[in-house]
Amino acid sequence: MGDPPPDPEPPSQPPSSRRSSQVSQRRGLELSRPQPAFPEEAEQIPLDTSILQSNRGVLASQANLQGWSLGASPTQQENLTMFQAEEAQLGGVEYPSPNMGFPSELQPQLYLEEGGTQATQNAGLMLQQLQRGQSNLFQQLESAYLETQPDLLGQFNMYQRDDLQFSQHGPYLRDEPTLQFSPSEPGFTPFTLEVPEPEPLELAVQNAKAYLLQTSVSCSLSLYEHLVNLLTKILNQRPEDPLSILESLNRTTQWQWFHPKLDTLRDDPEMQPTYEMADRQKALFLRNGGGEGQQEMEEEVAETAVPNVMETAFYLEQAGVGLSSDESFRIFMALKQLVEQQPIHTCRFWGKILGLSRSYLVAEVSFREGEEEGEEEEAEEMMEGGEGMDAPDEEDEEKDTDIIPKPMWKPPPVIPREESRSGTNKYLYFVCNEPGRPWTRLPHVTPVQIVQARKIKKFFTGFLDAPVVSYPPFPGNEANYLRAQIARISAATHISPLGFYQFGEEEGDEEEEGGAGRDSYEENPDFEGIPVLELVDSMANWVHHAQHILPQGRCTWVNPLQKIEEEEELGEEEEKADEGMEGVEQEVGPPLLTPLSEDAEIMHMSPWTTRLSCSLCPQYSVAVVRSNLWPGAYAYASGKIWCEVRTYSTFHLDATFSSEVLDLGFRFHPIYS
Amino acid sequence: MGASVRPSFSEGLGGEQGWPKALRGRGPQAVSGILTALGRAGLWSPRRQLLLATWQALSRALVTMDAESLLLSLELASGSGQGLSPDRRASLLTSLLLVKRDYRYDRVLFWGRILGLVADYYIAQGLSEDQLAPRKTLYSLNCMEWSLLPPATEEMMAQTSVVKGRFMGDPSHEYEHTELQKINEGGKVFEEEVVVQIKEETRLVSIIDQIDKAVAIIPRGALFKTPFGPIHVNRTFEGLSLSEAKKLSSYFHFREPVQLKNKTLLEKADLDPSLDFMDSLEHDIPKGSWSIQMERGNALVVLRSLLWPGLTFFHAPRTKNCGYIYVGTGEKNIDLPFML
Repeated sequence: MGDPPPDPEPPSQPPSSRRSSQVSQRRGLELSRPQPAFPEEAEQIPLDTSILQSNRGVLASQANLQGWSLGASPTQQENLTMFQAEEAQLGGVEYPSPNMGFPSELQPQLYLEEGGTQATQNAGLMLQQLQRGQSNLFQQLESAYLETQPDLLGQFNMYQRDDLQFSQHGPYLRDEPTLQFSPSEPGFTPFTLEVPEPEPLELAVQNAKAYLLQTSVSCSLSLYEHLVNLLTKILNQRPEDPLSILESLNRTTQWQWFHPKLDTLRDDPEMQPTYEMADRQKALFLRNGGGEGQQEMEEEVAETAVPNVMETAFYLEQAGVGLSSDESFRIFMALKQLVEQQPIHTCRFWGKILGLSRSYLVAEVSFREGEEEGEEEEAEEMMEGGEGMDAPDEEDEEKDTDIIPKPMWKPPPVIPREESRSGTNKYLYFVCNEPGRPWTRLPHVTPVQIVQARKIKKFFTGFLDAPVVSYPPFPGNEANYLRAQIARISAATHISPLGFYQFGEEEGDEEEEGGAGRDSYEENPDFEGIPVLELVDSMANWVHHAQHILPQGRCTWVNPLQKIEEEEELGEEEEKADEGMEGVEQEVGPPLLTPLSEDAEIMHMSPWTTRLSCSLCPQYSVAVVRSNLWPGAYAYASGKIWCEVRTYSTFHLDATFSSEVLDLGFRFHPIYS
Repeated sequence: MGASVRPSFSEGLGGEQGWPKALRGRGPQAVSGILTALGRAGLWSPRRQLLLATWQALSRALVTMDAESLLLSLELASGSGQGLSPDRRASLLTSLLLVKRDYRYDRVLFWGRILGLVADYYIAQGLSEDQLAPRKTLYSLNCMEWSLLPPATEEMMAQTSVVKGRFMGDPSHEYEHTELQKINEGGKVFEEEVVVQIKEETRLVSIIDQIDKAVAIIPRGALFKTPFGPIHVNRTFEGLSLSEAKKLSSYFHFREPVQLKNKTLLEKADLDPSLDFMDSLEHDIPKGSWSIQMERGNALVVLRSLLWPGLTFFHAPRTKNCGYIYVGTGEKNIDLPFML
């Protein structure tokens, strides 16, 4: 009426009570207000409800934590910080003076402020309030309470500080006994100006709250804060049936506290390698050169060296072997990429070798005619040149000083490696660690490497340049060892059904070739396939189509003596060495296309095992042959289709191997004869 | 059964609140049994169906080649190159469920496959509530008919340690082993050659037991121990993070701890007794007998044992999927120290 609008400066408890009553109103007016602490509030409450109803819509956006507030008076400070967050906070902030007498004066004002104007007025009040900052509030509150509730002040301040953090969570019930309206306390005495002794129940409640607020040494989050976060989240999201998802919400809230989402500019460091790999593999799937139209399609469809990996994978899956289908497809794409990069005539997926840190995917390729690998030859020339340089140096040294008796030992002649496209070097091998990574070519294998590889047994680490530390020492690094193992495995396990390959018609006499046998074969156009059951029954239906590696390390035998005869000019010492080597016999191995039934037994078991892929329906099943010597080498055949692959690890090597190693350890190494 | 049925997807103790009274307090076996019985009686309703599905999902928890998640697990473990053909997979799914029903197991896991010369053995294990209790092992030659194997004893281990070489694939095959035995006869002691017959079944039992004791592993946090003793599956296990997944110390041997008591007090102080109650892989001898690899570009971590080649453990970080499978010849790699 005639009263000036209330001074926004001295906010005090009654306004807070107004706020609280609004909060309670938001709860649906469920809680009946038992005796308020202040008689003024008691008067105001019925007024408030009417006003608040009008303000309901305005305040509906405010999400306050209703469960906590037991009704009476959240602090002014809470209200105001709440308002800070939501500027649209309007309504009902009355600032009657702390005096008791005010309410009567204000009541008419309350009536006046019904309606929409109230909103703006209050907003203005609020903004003024805000500008003054919270510290004013505290002082005001303190001053307001100083006379009346001195001992409650301490609690008040403490709670205020806490509440600063979760101001947006709405008003909490203050534990001041004077302000508490607990519906469960029927016998609550009305407020008096004197501070009553805190009753045991309140004390218990305060203790409980203090306990909830404590933080542990390991983390700075207290249970109280966590529960506040959780309930705020629930109230913000308002999920259906919150009780059933309480547990998962609990967990996610906790997790989120400790794993704050990094901002969108920074990448998650843990996922970085995953994304890089995915990028690389994405390149596999993009078509080369962009869409150039139908021409490219036709060219590709016509002839491509890329094998049908998916078909192979399907049959192998029937046999119970093989990688998962998406990995097979990625390998397919990687092979396609290889074919595009290199001048390749035929290409085959040889298999996968598992290593300690990384695995190897091996592709067996042969280059087109005339596309010789120039790198290999250059490397060899370098080496030979280096050796020539060493010899003259040694001779000079010897002439200067006393003549040291030369050792009698002469290293055995180096057996030359086989030419490309023949024998062990018939195919070229490319390896990569994972589809998407670049393919690396493996060097050709030398006979001495094969011989040494037979004597050692080592794991592959996954890095091609890793040294192979072993006894007897292996000449080369992991790339050479890998190549040697591939050569051995290929020679032992390249098999095909009888009749698929046949010898070409040659006019040359076998004897002229030094008994080496034929080394080439061609596909038999009249091959009609062998019934699956027969393939499984007898090993005679399968033949080797890779040349056997002789103990020398080559497929075709080379007499090392021949080389020595050419070098006789060098001196007398070599003649003595020659005598030791005269007894070299020609090594002969089984000829090409030998059936598997001729293979020697290992430890009383046959070196091959055959199965039908599915015994329940033999008419559609596939014959599977598994090697016991090289576990992991599989071949399948069904009708006219056959293939072989090795997907395994060289952890498995043949059982006789270990005994060989032991043997060599005990034998006297013939260095000095 | 008219009680308010609210299928609770929450994982934890609060899950049973919405269950009908008849189902409360029963194990997953019984619950599925009751619900399926109801279904057969024609009292099937979508609600009950949902109930059953939820219960099965809840009890699935840890995946160690569980029957329900067999397909996914096989796909994830396929990096080693050995797997199962489609017909085997299909028969496994069916037969493992029947085994679970017949033997009243809590969970049935597909353990792996031992390759033999003539035939392969397919092995499954049945578990009870307590995760670390001794498991029952079953074997089959065709993935359909399963036979229970006797539990392993010390004598069996000693007896079969002399047998070398591959498995035949015939369970009644007998290995012959000659040994010299001292025989006391009336005061005279002389040695005689005795031929001991060892059945392949015995050998199978002891090999499986050895493999389990040596290389069965589980990620840290997947099981937890209660003060009362039994070990439970941790339903809030969300998987290891990427950085943890690459460390050997985040994996434990799935067996009674042997080295735990040898740790110093300082080391033990950092451990959490409810989670760290098993040996970790860090202290395995020889060092380096595990190979950790990330496959599929960091989306899958695969551990392979080098001591028992053929054992593959896979885990997708940040998810619950993990498990192990053994596909191999059943021979220990005694050359391991030379091969590293």
